[in-house]
Amino acid sequence: MNERRLRSLIANVKAGRMSRRAFVHRMMALGLAAPLASQMLAHNGVAAAAAAAGLDGRPAGRGGGGALKLLWWQGPTLLNPHFAVGTKDQEASRIFYEPLAGWDSDGNLVPFLAAEIPDLENGGLARDGRSVTWKLKPGVQWHDGRPFTADDVVFTWEYAADPATATVTIGDYKDVKVDKTDPLTVRVRFSKPTPFWADAFVGSVGMILPRHLFEPFRGAKSREAPANLAPVGTGPYRFVAFNPGDIVKGELNASYHVADRPHFDTVELKGGGDAVSAARAVMQTGEYDYAWNMQVEDEILLRLEKGGKGRAQITPSGNIEHIQLNSTDPWTEIDGERASIKTKHPFFSDPAVRQAIGLLVDRTSVQDYIYGRTGVATANYLNNPERFRSKSRTFEFNVGKASALLEQAGWKRGPDGIRAKDGVRLKVVFQTSINAPRQKTQAIIKQACQKAGIEMELKAVTASVFFSSDVANPDIAAKFYCDMQMLTYNMTQPDPEVFMTTFTSWEAAGKENKWQGRNIPRWRNEEYDKAFLAAQGELDPVKRAALFIRMNDLVCGDNAVIPVVYRPRVQAVSNRLHADLSGWDNDLWNLRNWYRDP
Amino acid sequence: MARYLLRRLLIAIPSLLGISAVLFTVLALAPGDPFGELASNPNIPPAVRAALRTQFGLDDPVPLRYLRWLAAMLHGDWGFSFVSRVDVDTLILQRLPTTLFVIGSSQILALLVALPVGVIAATRPYSAFDQVANTLAFIGFSLPTFFTGLLFILLFSITLDWLPFVYRADISATGWQWYWEHVRQALMPVAVLGLFQGASWTRFVRSAVLDVIRLDYVTTARAKGLTERAVVIRHVVRNALIPVVTLVALSMPAVFGGAIVTEQIFRVPGIGSLLISSILANDTPVIMAVTFVFACLVILFNLIADILYGWLDPRIAYR
Repeated sequence: MNERRLRSLIANVKAGRMSRRAFVHRMMALGLAAPLASQMLAHNGVAAAAAAAGLDGRPAGRGGGGALKLLWWQGPTLLNPHFAVGTKDQEASRIFYEPLAGWDSDGNLVPFLAAEIPDLENGGLARDGRSVTWKLKPGVQWHDGRPFTADDVVFTWEYAADPATATVTIGDYKDVKVDKTDPLTVRVRFSKPTPFWADAFVGSVGMILPRHLFEPFRGAKSREAPANLAPVGTGPYRFVAFNPGDIVKGELNASYHVADRPHFDTVELKGGGDAVSAARAVMQTGEYDYAWNMQVEDEILLRLEKGGKGRAQITPSGNIEHIQLNSTDPWTEIDGERASIKTKHPFFSDPAVRQAIGLLVDRTSVQDYIYGRTGVATANYLNNPERFRSKSRTFEFNVGKASALLEQAGWKRGPDGIRAKDGVRLKVVFQTSINAPRQKTQAIIKQACQKAGIEMELKAVTASVFFSSDVANPDIAAKFYCDMQMLTYNMTQPDPEVFMTTFTSWEAAGKENKWQGRNIPRWRNEEYDKAFLAAQGELDPVKRAALFIRMNDLVCGDNAVIPVVYRPRVQAVSNRLHADLSGWDNDLWNLRNWYRDP
Repeated sequence: MARYLLRRLLIAIPSLLGISAVLFTVLALAPGDPFGELASNPNIPPAVRAALRTQFGLDDPVPLRYLRWLAAMLHGDWGFSFVSRVDVDTLILQRLPTTLFVIGSSQILALLVALPVGVIAATRPYSAFDQVANTLAFIGFSLPTFFTGLLFILLFSITLDWLPFVYRADISATGWQWYWEHVRQALMPVAVLGLFQGASWTRFVRSAVLDVIRLDYVTTARAKGLTERAVVIRHVVRNALIPVVTLVALSMPAVFGGAIVTEQIFRVPGIGSLLISSILANDTPVIMAVTFVFACLVILFNLIADILYGWLDPRIAYR
């Protein structure tokens, strides 16, 4: 990466010698980390020209679009975004509520209730990174006619940060201080310089609640608020009816704060059923316009697309299906726990073995024969947004090379064909959750390993156990009582800071933290820790991105984890519907701009 | 009779207590966590999950939680769902009309099929009609509902495009249109459930009628010169129906419990789908309430069946 060159490009844009678009293209060509545009430019004082994430060719005027029918195969159970147990609840709330800003598909901010995105130029961002000032959009009304003001924003913070309210968003609000500087301005203060300032009030966790309705229901009484089930928001649609787990209905908000929006007269979100039949209802019969989260094999999606009524829309995201190699010994018990960080793995402690396993995972086949468009083979743990993707790493599938590596490192084949060294046999127990694509992937890897002289025992655990936090159960992923395991980590924000805590040494899971630490492979590396700490305080987005890329290269280069495929989001969309989707926010983040061809 | 009733009701109390204790323990010991989904979200610190668990009393010992649940239940407080934070009775009441409508109609359909077909088949044993009815009944109850459901969807929704396969409890139309929409969308789930149930009841009715039709008193009735119609309806069916009524009464709790698989396939927002989604979300209070009500109904209908039995056949005495 050539930092000086970048700086000069940015200067060009600043001076108007180069367009923003050209800058983005140059960045892509540079191969460093592409559409970082807004953030990089914003940081350097080039304000984004009204980042209206509009779609072209839409019919003019508000309304007239008829009914929009959405299908979620998990029904939403409540409509308070701060109590949302899963994304289904956030999505249903997002029809009615709005945050200050949302994330578009490139991981850039788009204002909703904010008048503009804070940056250094407009004075929204403090140069020391300790505060951010949001200017609110004037003239916005709640659905009941009350004006939206800074008080609502401050209240949302108080509400979410109060432990007695028991919100699930408390983690995003408890460490900040929010105060109102005037009726349409709020300031968010951080205790230390914070490069990723767009967390509170932004995206899926940032939906603003009306103070006048939630004020009496703070703390322990939060469950009794009628608005938990009958939301009054600022969004493009007004609440009509809700049956938990079944259906949510909304109608056009005639006083919506954006001109000519929304397009549809009513919106209906039906829940329940399964993913395949949801795909059918959109792509084959056309009963519905949109179906969420198509966890369906690509083969089926391709077949359904032939129906001609709908398509699978693929949106990049950062969720990564990867294999973790245990760096501790899962078979020896020390101080009442297995896989204790005081131990070393009998053979994965040898870098050659880890490298060999990396060579034995046939990612191309996994993509081609199992995931199709719904899983992209990758050598990186951190894949998206593209600005954070390392360009230097590659992957290869080569049994011969793996065997040679093992041979060289002294792992000789025994009479049974299994390699061993100093009495340690290469016998790997490989676990994952029960899920058809995962079992197929396991089988592909086992086959290759056997060819290379590694014995592999496959184990599949019910998902409800594997992903649970039940400390008494030895089969949970967090305990990692086996040699290898495969699972997906979700990246819910376009900023990788939280996502990359996974490999910091203080997060190592173990008995001490009740296996709640996020570092399940228990890989510890001083250099990584240092890079992470540096990134936490690094205010320059370019340097920060470079640090994250470095972290990715460290962890992947050491084969502590083997990335397999990253999983874009897949949704079934009617061919006539134009839906603006993002992998960094809720599906319905930009519902106001959705429209249907006549 | 009154004493018998009282005794049966008194016996029901310990059995209900036992059932609730077993249900509660099994649910408490089952793996899973209502807030498990939060674990996969890296932005939610584990402490948040722990705090929620403490606040909803999930970390207390099981016996204590059971006693707390029991005490609340005796006060008529069913608790609230961990997932939607709505009172459990509200949730159940919301689902009840749809369940009663869909499952109730399917049971009626089953009876409408089973009674005439079973009786006609039994009065003409081994005739062509009997053979056909038998074969169809056999196919009917051999095919699981999830299979016939998918088959119906493929045929009537996808190939022919006649019927919708997503059930919607609140239809915005009014007047006749409203009724028509409801009938149209209920057609497939009702047919799937009704024909399955009807098929097994047909076999049952047929064998019950066959048992009776060869008895001497039927021959006597015929010898008296009664019409065949009168013989069958007044003399045969009335007696043959005793075991059938018991069977139907015992399957009534199912009307409340819903049909988990069929409801899931057609997205019918009934109690069955509430139960399955609560199980998937580990939402203990809802699972507990639904299964407990179901247990109560089973006990209640057992009692009703016993009483009906005696009423239909006066030879049975209550002691």
